[in-house]
Amino acid sequence: MTSPRVVVVGAGPAGVRAAQVLVEAGVRAIVIDEGRRDGGQIYRRQPDGFTRTHAMLYGSEATKAQALHHGFDALRAQIDYRAETLAWNVTAGQIHTVHAPSGETATLDFDALIVCAGATDRLMPVPGWNQAGCYSLGAAQIALKAQACAIGSRVVFMGSGPLLYLVAAQYVKAGAKVEAVLDTAPALPGWAGLRGLLHRPRLLLRGLALKASLRRAGVTVLNGVVPVHIDGTPDGGVSRVVARDALGAERSFGCDAVGLGWHLRAETQLADLARCEFAFEPLSRQWLPRIDADGRSSTQGVYLAGDGARLLGADGAEAAGRLAALAALHDLDHAHGRTLFAAERISLQRTLATMNGFREGLAQAFPWPHAHAAALPNDAVVCRCEAVTAGELRRSVFEFGSQEVNRAKAFSRVGMGRCQGRYCGHAAAEIVAAAASVPVEMVGRLRSQAPVKPLMMSAQEHE
Amino acid sequence: MSNPLPEHGSGGRFVRLAETERPTLRLVIDGAPATALEGDTLLVALLTHGRRVRSSEFGDGTRAGFCLMGACQDCWVWDEAGQRLRACSTVVTDGMTVRTTPPASLWPVTPEVAARERGEVFR
Repeated sequence: MTSPRVVVVGAGPAGVRAAQVLVEAGVRAIVIDEGRRDGGQIYRRQPDGFTRTHAMLYGSEATKAQALHHGFDALRAQIDYRAETLAWNVTAGQIHTVHAPSGETATLDFDALIVCAGATDRLMPVPGWNQAGCYSLGAAQIALKAQACAIGSRVVFMGSGPLLYLVAAQYVKAGAKVEAVLDTAPALPGWAGLRGLLHRPRLLLRGLALKASLRRAGVTVLNGVVPVHIDGTPDGGVSRVVARDALGAERSFGCDAVGLGWHLRAETQLADLARCEFAFEPLSRQWLPRIDADGRSSTQGVYLAGDGARLLGADGAEAAGRLAALAALHDLDHAHGRTLFAAERISLQRTLATMNGFREGLAQAFPWPHAHAAALPNDAVVCRCEAVTAGELRRSVFEFGSQEVNRAKAFSRVGMGRCQGRYCGHAAAEIVAAAASVPVEMVGRLRSQAPVKPLMMSAQEHE
Repeated sequence: MSNPLPEHGSGGRFVRLAETERPTLRLVIDGAPATALEGDTLLVALLTHGRRVRSSEFGDGTRAGFCLMGACQDCWVWDEAGQRLRACSTVVTDGMTVRTTPPASLWPVTPEVAARERGEVFR
């Protein structure tokens, strides 16, 4: 039997562990990575010539980051690693890629495709968030981790989720000035959230310690806030964040940069283009591709792992990547792969169940504040790409009868800009649902379009 | 509780916190000479010199990038040849020339533009 053709998309924790399984089984996989180097976003590697240690860059996760980087370095000779390459479309049994620096395209046939596309920050519009100086929380972290820069000289972080506290603490530790950390979630998680978080007690304690360290450093940390607006000027950018605290009092924090983020949203475009079925996940209020306990999607030969399928974090991604690759080998009737799958499946599934319990706890402790979207003033920009307001989006419901997000997109252009709905899509769905007085799952989800990111007109088919 | 507004317009937006011992590279931003450090992305080069990357085409002011991970496409700039560059994922090379507005002269010249350039009225 000839070796199966397996393509892995992504070289974060899930993609690296998937590739490792394939190498162990003697299958030479193609690994497509948009990054310049492996590691994904969470374990992003700094450029050559930078000298900070793993401990400085990744803190408590340094050992894991190092293990993943060394693990990948050891695979390099046995895989076809294509860095700086975008997988921009999936058709039946084929994936289409473009190498960003050269513009060269390729079409790759696959017997199994393992998509480990990761996630981006999940954003809630705040009036004024389209001004210069507003960044996602992930952006604030990348500036520090990959470029040793702070996004400003006085930073306010606002949103919810573990990354909010982690990035703020990393900024303080690196010597940046953090003016405030404003969390829309209440200070206490409630019993259901706490029960979930107790699936990983050590991680829960580390989170509490981060929050305590911020307070010790003199940073104002507020819970239960409602964002009001971000002040600034069209030329100068942001200058102040105004929010109501848990008691309803308006608080204002001068700053020259803002980091915003409400946990994560899965990058599901390739799964969508591969015609995988999706289901609405009520706890996080987002649509996710259906997968079975091993990572099989509803499309034969397409496997999904990591934060692009379930937001389990880096440790969960490593387990999911390994399991999905084992499932793929099993399904391809690969003898050694079948043996490994049988040996490891139960233990990997058990790990994923623990991670999922914690994920549910996070979703309850740091909820997506959907009511904020519904309450946005009409003049608030929802689509940053094209400066389309909440009022224009609501008009598509009230005047044109849109009760579905793709129709609302056609009328208002929200979701049609250059980010292709990544940063407005979830809030837009909430706004449309509230305006139409229907549950958010009834308004559907933005359909993914190829190319999943803008391509150059000059992209050349490579023979 | 209200804090004074920060000063605008002077210096850069991003603040270097470490890794400042890298070799210096030269580049040109909108015709003005600038420097960067080896390993900098174009976005960092732009934002350690100024407070903006570009202006929104939709009239709502300046932009300075948003996601830094190649997802939002907010940080597009151009090289002299008119090639679009995503600043957050482009590494600075010595001698690089960038512009933060699209080079209009590279758009195909339509008949009415050609007429205007000749000082004629297009019919």
